[in-house]
Amino acid sequence: MRYLPLTDLDRSDMLARIGVGHIDDLFADVPSPLLLKQPLDLPRRKGEIDVARALGRLASRNVAASSAPFFVGAGAYKHHVPATVDHLVQRSEFLTSYTPYQPEISQGTLQYLFEFQTQVALLTGMDVANASMYDGSTGTAEAVLMAHRVTRRNKAVLSGGLHPHYAEVVRTQSHLAGDDVVTLDADVSASEDILSQIDATTSCVVVQTPDFFGNPRDLCAIAEKCHANGALLIAVFTEVVSLGALKSPGAMGADIVVGEGQSIGNALNFGGPYVGLFATRTKYVRQMPGRLCGETLDAEGRRGFVLTLSTREQHIRRDKATSNICTNSGLCALAFTIHLSLLGEAGLKRLARINHANAVKLADMLAGVKGVEVLNTSFFNEFTIRVAGQAAQIVEKLATKNILGGVPVSRLLPGKGCDDLIVLANTEVNTDEDRAALVAALKEVL
Amino acid sequence: MLNNQGRPTAPKKLGAHEGKTFSGHRGLLMEEALIFETGRIDATGVDLDEPAAFTPRLGTLAREEEIGLPGLSEPETMRHYVRLSQKNYAIDSGLYPLGSCTMKHNPRLNESMARLPGFADIHPLQPQSTVQGALALIEELAGWLMALTNMEAVAMSPKAGAHGEYCGMAAIKAAIEAKGEGATRRVVLVPESAHGTNPATAAAIGFEVRSVPAGEDGNVHPQAVRALMGPDVAGIMLTNPNTCGLFERQIVEIAQIIHEGGGYFYCDGANFNAIVGKVRPGDLGIDAMHINLHKTFSTPHGGGGPGSGPVVLSSRLAPFAPVPFVRRNGDHLALVEDKVGTQALGRLTAFHGQMGMFVRALSYILSHGADGLKQASEDAVLNANYVRARLADLMSLPFGNRPCMHEVLFDDTWLKDTGVTTLDFAKAMIDEGYHPMTMYFPLVVHGAMLIEPTESESLASLELFIMTLRDLAMSALRGETARFEGAPFLAPRKRLDETRAARAPVLRWTKPEPIVDAQAAE
Repeated sequence: MRYLPLTDLDRSDMLARIGVGHIDDLFADVPSPLLLKQPLDLPRRKGEIDVARALGRLASRNVAASSAPFFVGAGAYKHHVPATVDHLVQRSEFLTSYTPYQPEISQGTLQYLFEFQTQVALLTGMDVANASMYDGSTGTAEAVLMAHRVTRRNKAVLSGGLHPHYAEVVRTQSHLAGDDVVTLDADVSASEDILSQIDATTSCVVVQTPDFFGNPRDLCAIAEKCHANGALLIAVFTEVVSLGALKSPGAMGADIVVGEGQSIGNALNFGGPYVGLFATRTKYVRQMPGRLCGETLDAEGRRGFVLTLSTREQHIRRDKATSNICTNSGLCALAFTIHLSLLGEAGLKRLARINHANAVKLADMLAGVKGVEVLNTSFFNEFTIRVAGQAAQIVEKLATKNILGGVPVSRLLPGKGCDDLIVLANTEVNTDEDRAALVAALKEVL
Repeated sequence: MLNNQGRPTAPKKLGAHEGKTFSGHRGLLMEEALIFETGRIDATGVDLDEPAAFTPRLGTLAREEEIGLPGLSEPETMRHYVRLSQKNYAIDSGLYPLGSCTMKHNPRLNESMARLPGFADIHPLQPQSTVQGALALIEELAGWLMALTNMEAVAMSPKAGAHGEYCGMAAIKAAIEAKGEGATRRVVLVPESAHGTNPATAAAIGFEVRSVPAGEDGNVHPQAVRALMGPDVAGIMLTNPNTCGLFERQIVEIAQIIHEGGGYFYCDGANFNAIVGKVRPGDLGIDAMHINLHKTFSTPHGGGGPGSGPVVLSSRLAPFAPVPFVRRNGDHLALVEDKVGTQALGRLTAFHGQMGMFVRALSYILSHGADGLKQASEDAVLNANYVRARLADLMSLPFGNRPCMHEVLFDDTWLKDTGVTTLDFAKAMIDEGYHPMTMYFPLVVHGAMLIEPTESESLASLELFIMTLRDLAMSALRGETARFEGAPFLAPRKRLDETRAARAPVLRWTKPEPIVDAQAAE
């Protein structure tokens, strides 16, 4: 087997040196009826050619985003990732290293985490960020738990514009932990009354911007009411590129900002792995979940970086830890930070303008299609349309024409009266031809 | 170009160098500034065309403030990250004996498979008719995981080991609630030797943690479990093979006690690498176990993730698996995404799990096959026992010189009165070109050193590692503390001041205050 260096001669020499006659003597602690004597009745080993053939066959049964006009968003986005990014993340020293617990020989990982934390703090308008969470949804659930610790309350209020799957992750966790959640109704027009839900028992309010339906949300009044009631405002985003065009949640008074970082540096990957971004104010840092990298000096007085404030974490605090998270999204955070270093402020803002400009073009084209109504008055690169018909069926019909034409809202909110809504995303990869193809196909199927 | 004529071509007298350089670089080892110190606000390494003039539709929320992000051109970016990478130890550069972490070879075939556009470039919410191959891959991997563990079902969505623990314990809570015992069964038994994630997970789900003492032989004993079992106990979280590197000899009896008492058995599968194809956890009476695909099935660890932690479930827990899951209807595979009409415990993440890791894991599994997986486990166990056998005369084994599984645990009894600690010993390994073993874990032995060589090491590599450890050990026993105090000496950094980092945390770069020229100010 190509991955196993020991030969049969090595093995018998080693057994002799250990002083046993057979490999199974080393498994003597296993109750003998339970020790398998033969390999399981499953396929035997394969060479590279056969593995690549088997997996290639499966891959070919999927429609790749790059092979069709593609407008699917709703929490994950198709962006161009520069070739440099994927080359660098495959460097052996990044790809095949462990969590940087030995800082003397892990400065590479630690320095990029420090840079990543700084980039995330700057983007979100916050003081500090952690070294990543699994993804935006689990990060949101962790933010709610953190708010409960800070406020010593346990009731969260979720905006109806929060991604329905994020809301469900929060509700699942809250049910298990015995905490309260109020979820407002799905809110296409961003006109929900969150303010009246906030009172002295509220731990936190969770608002996504741009929201699930694409509306940018002004958080200032919500922040003010939260703070007057001793609650925290958690701002969520699923499209991190939007922060290049929109006022940061920090500038609008958010206490915790959490979101999905996939758009920068990371492929769609059918939903994972992604990278959760998590930022907050300095005063709450000791209640944060996850790893933190900090600057320090070595014994010679040279700058270096270490994992720090680990007394919050499970390997030290066990059942008193702020979270059970251990492995996070290190390599996805690396992809994020490399891509963002390449973009820089100028590149990110331009990328955001292109995304917005393309979405505006599409919205204007769709507004002229009979049977389509664009519902958003403002948006970044994603908006919601109402169609004359069942959105899920229309999206399926578009797929048969090799057009991936957005996400039917009913897929995430079944039975909530959203059957005629489609969320459409438009990024820098979409061309005028893509948009024309979508419009033409929609006219046919409507 | 270098002309070979008229220049010395053989070294002559050796000069002296104090090791200090003007640039801070040391030969091939480059110092590297932060991107915030070298990047510029107007620099970029991505060419994008400015869009034609249009009327923005951002409402009142357009960003006006500067972000403060530095940009780098492409060559600067390449150099920055290549230099950073050169400050990292990695499995590709050397033996990485971190116990409990399974730092094995990461085949590059897996990387190229995961990057096929049909896997990397598909969206979790595109029509299911356009992702049948992806769902088939998930189904196939799930089939292998169930067969290797002899379990009824597997929840694929957990994002890492700790998330898998959360999933498994949530399923246990859901099952208990379904029986109407949610209010009474509030305690989870966790051995002292457990990973920190176990008690942290139990607490996150609202359970109270009751600690099970370890036996003198490093195993958990049925009597100890029986003494703590009662109608208030929801279950036990037990690692097998355990964190002392030993198979829990009486695991079947422990499972019986838990089940007879109305509880559930969660197994931490972090150490599954020792027993793949040798023992099926389902045969031991386990109800749930997470599998770290980034350990056992070699999806790379990536400097701290991403991981993937599918959870196999017994028939008692299978109905409570979270959404989404794949269901086969004839030739068509469907994703069940809505929990309405199911007993699902809910949803643990936005999408379907770590697809990128699934592809790598299946590539690894298909490459090995049933025979190769069994061989890999045997080699992992053989390598660990070889290290044990070759070091047992110098270093102390807390539970006697008995066979271990895929990792061998030493304590620091043998270092008593040498002036060398476990930490010093481990840090001195860095100077010898090795990553330290896991230290001070598990907590049940003093000054623990947990060595997991994995099956990826050749005999020659193991020999050099063993001879190096023997040399270090004899040096320590001779009282040659200079080699250890303050080690490492040859790494990119000397020991770092962690106390300073925690006392006044600097968690991000901030723009330095402008330097005021005192003379000009006057």
